[in-house]
This record gives sequence, structure tokens and C-alpha cells, in this order.
Amino acid sequence: MPVYLPIAEISVNLFLILGMGGAVGLLSGMFGVGGGFLMTPLLIFTGIPPAVAVATGANQLVAASVSGVIAHWRRGNVDFKMGTVLLVGGIVGSALGTWIFAVLKTAGQVDLLISISYVLFLGVIGGLMLFESVRSILKTKKGTIRRKKLHQHYWIHGLPFKMRFRKSKLYISALLPLSLGFFVGILSAIMGVGGGFIMVPAMIYLMGMPTSVVIGTSLFQIIFVTANVTFLHSATTQTVDILLALLLMSSAVIGAQIGTRVGAKLKGEQLRSLLALMVLIVCGKLALDLFLTPEDLYSFGIITSKAGS
Amino acid sequence: MRWPFNILCAIALILHFSHTLRADESLVTDISSHLISVTSDFTGTELLIFGAVKTADQYGITNHGDIIVVVRGPKKNVIVRKKERVAGIWANTESVTFADVPGFYAVASNRPLKDITDDATLRRLRIGYERLNFSSTSSIADQQPFEDAVIRQNGQSKLYVDSESAVNFLGNALFRTTIKFPAHVPVGNYIAEVYLFHNAELISAQTSPLFIKKFGIGRRIYEFAHKHPYLHGLVAIIISLLAGWVASAIFRKD
Repeated sequence: MPVYLPIAEISVNLFLILGMGGAVGLLSGMFGVGGGFLMTPLLIFTGIPPAVAVATGANQLVAASVSGVIAHWRRGNVDFKMGTVLLVGGIVGSALGTWIFAVLKTAGQVDLLISISYVLFLGVIGGLMLFESVRSILKTKKGTIRRKKLHQHYWIHGLPFKMRFRKSKLYISALLPLSLGFFVGILSAIMGVGGGFIMVPAMIYLMGMPTSVVIGTSLFQIIFVTANVTFLHSATTQTVDILLALLLMSSAVIGAQIGTRVGAKLKGEQLRSLLALMVLIVCGKLALDLFLTPEDLYSFGIITSKAGS
Repeated sequence: MRWPFNILCAIALILHFSHTLRADESLVTDISSHLISVTSDFTGTELLIFGAVKTADQYGITNHGDIIVVVRGPKKNVIVRKKERVAGIWANTESVTFADVPGFYAVASNRPLKDITDDATLRRLRIGYERLNFSSTSSIADQQPFEDAVIRQNGQSKLYVDSESAVNFLGNALFRTTIKFPAHVPVGNYIAEVYLFHNAELISAQTSPLFIKKFGIGRRIYEFAHKHPYLHGLVAIIISLLAGWVASAIFRKD
């Protein structure tokens, strides 16, 4: 059944879009990530213009993160103080990111920027995650699990403007979450992702937050960053397709609920290695497109609409 | 709810346009519909363009002449970018901007254009998309490949159509042809032109306007997004906040 998308200005198959939303929702529920890094490339593969895919992806993530945060908040797994500090950085970062996006869009390099960012970040994160999870699977098999120290001290702990985060059991410089939020905010605007796949590992490994509060807290700040990205893209480029976002949301939330239940039955290392593999597959596909000779060397786009209506 | 008003507007415009046309007895044409509405279930459409030739007095009853039908879509400014390998990666490098490129262009005739009239006449009337001759302000010397790319890709996506046998004569005076519009056809103001040739000479021409418009919810969303981008952004956020909240309320475990 075809549906005409008013902003993307193309006709898509309703069940394809619902299926994509459901599949990404399933995976995001399983792995506790927003799934934006899968949704945006999938939308682009379907023929939706990259700019619309990025902006609409961000809009869809607002809904996904809200329902995620409510679930985590009920279990008391959200550090609102940490989330707010991350958020301040995130808002500034996403404003800068949207600006970079608009500049590169006029220069005709935005598709390249989106692809390169994806290949880079998905490659690095996917590789690290795969390495780490395979190692811990092997360790469990050997039966040599060593308990890690509760706190490890690096140069990071010497930075000024220290703040106490009770829920995260941390006493660290506010600069750290600020700059992490800022950096992920830029990526959100450029890539149409919540940034959970970067935020979550950074919070665990870089800041040393307890894993239980990481996902809820990252989702909490992702709501605001993606909302900001949605607003800015709507205001500057008019590329948010509400109809597309609604279709994706409706099936993604159902998929996420099923995913959460499936995820609860799998082991942490198994989940992480599966997620890592998936990330690397998306990365590989995008990398191929960058390096292989394209079918048509020329591409064209409409600049200003001269149509009467 | 606003349908009747829109249709009235379209009719008023059509009446306005038809006054400026050359009133000619030798060619009478019409289109099956002057208004194509793009609704949320739009999957493309076909238009019937038909008419009658009345030149039996001059050319004899068996010689109906040749008919060329051209449908031109709304003109847009288009930027064409060329990809080149930069440090191993395919990146956009040179670009050419063309002004007034039709977003849709269809030609139909009863026999090959070259048999109907000479190239100079076709070029003057801009019949056949290889004769569109886009204008550009870019300084790049060889713009032909850029122009060819627009034509090639529009052809692949069925926005530029060229069929040299699509006009059928029924008897010696009546003719008809169908023009196909794909689902992704650009909205805007179109012009349908019908040319009558006899012995390579242009005898008569008729033009009529044609409107492709978004209707229903899709149109409202589009207009809202473009007229009130800030408000639209806020609404988009509120909708997704509500959707997220509703979802978690529905699937609440306890």
C-alpha cells in the first residue's frame, strides 16, 4: 500500500516503512540504544532524501527516548543532575551541528559528511565493542573473571569545576559531561542519531558511571537533544516529515517492547557482540558506497522551487 | 472542505488562459482533466489528450497531417554535481546550476519527430528533450555532460518521457494520446501543447494549462511546514513526546 510523504515528496510502501520501524525498534529495545544509527541509513536506502532522513530520524527518536526514559525512571535509573549537565553541552553542540549541516548542504557536501561520520563512528565503536565483548565471552569460558576496582583514577579526575553526582556515585569535573554532551550534540545534528551508541560507552568507560543508570540518563538527555535537532531542522531546512515520523514511531514502540523482553533473556556479552556485528555491517555497507565507483557520477538537486503552488 | 474553492480557482485560471490562445479552426483539443490532485494515496496517473484536425479542405480528406503533444512541468533551478575520486573517496567536486529546468517533460507524436519536421523548427519550439537547451551561469567549459545527466536521470525516473508513436489517429480527423505521470511527479503548473504539422510546416498550435496540486492532509502538512517552520518544529516535538508517553502507558507492565 503506497503512502505519499508530504515533505519527502515521494511515495513509499506503508508496510516497508512500518516494518523498518518495527525492526529498528526491536533492536533498540534489545540493546538499549535509540537505533537512530540504523534508522537513518535504512531510510536513505529506501530513497528518502538524506536531509529528510536525518531530520525525521531525530524526530522519531524523541518518541523512542521518552518511552525509554519513563520505563527507566520508574525503576529509579535516571541521574537527572548528570543528564542536565550533559544536556547543556548537547544543546550547544546540536545548534553548532545544525549550522554545519546547513552550510555543507549548500556546498553539496552534506551526503558525504553524513556517510563519512557514519563510517568513522560506526567502525570505531563497532570494532571496540566487538573486541571487548568477544574478550569477555572468552574469559567467561575460561572461568577467570576478575572483579574490577570500583573507581579508577586518571588525569580526568584532576580537572576543575568538580560536581557531585549522587545517583551516579561520582565526584568529577563538570567539564567532562559538558564536553561529552557537546560532542554528541554535534553528531546528533549531522547524523540524525541520538548518540546513545557513543554516549553509553563513553559514560561507562570514560566517566566510570554505573551501568544501571547509564542508559536511562543518556536517554533522558537524548530526548532534549533530538527535540532541539528536530526544531532546528524544521526551522532552517523544513525537512522534518511528520507523517513519516509518525509511521516510524508507531511501529518502533511496538518493536521496542518486544525487543526489551527478548533482550532480557540474552547475556550482556552476547548482546554486545551482536550489536557490534550489526554496527559493523551498516558501517561496511556505507564504506563500500564511499569507495566503489558510483553507477552515475552525476547527481542533481532542486535549489529553489519556482512552482506556483 | 476547500475543494470547491480550489476547483473554481482552477477553472477561472483556465478561462483566463484560453482567452490568450490563438483561436484556430483547424485544431480542436482537450484534456481529460485539468487538475490532478496528489493525495496521500497518490500512485501516479494518466491523462488523455485528444482532439480533432479540420484541414480536409486544404489538404484532402486522407491527409490528416502530424500531431506532436508536449507536456511541460513546472520550471526549477537545478544544481548538478559531479563526483570525482578525492583521496580514494567519491566526493562531489564540480557543479553546474541550470535555470528553468522543467521538472516534467513528455513528448508524444504519431511518427518520429525527424520525419515530421526539420531540426531547426523543433529546436525553436523546444520539442524533444535533447533540444531543451538549459541555460546556466556557470563558468565550466563543457556543460554538456551535466545537461545530459539531468536528462538521463529524469528519463530513468520517468519524468522525461519520449514516445514517437503514442499519438493514435482514429480515422482521418480524430487523434488521442495518453501521458503517464509517475507518483513522484512534481506539483505545480503544467502546460500541455498540441502542434499540428502538414508537410513539415506548423499549421496550428493549442496550449492549455494543467495543474498538479497536493490535496488533503499532505498538502496541509506541507504548507504548514513551509509557512510556519518554527511552529511546525514545536508541533513535531509535541507529537513525538505524546507518542512516546502513550506508548509507555500502553505497555506498562504493572
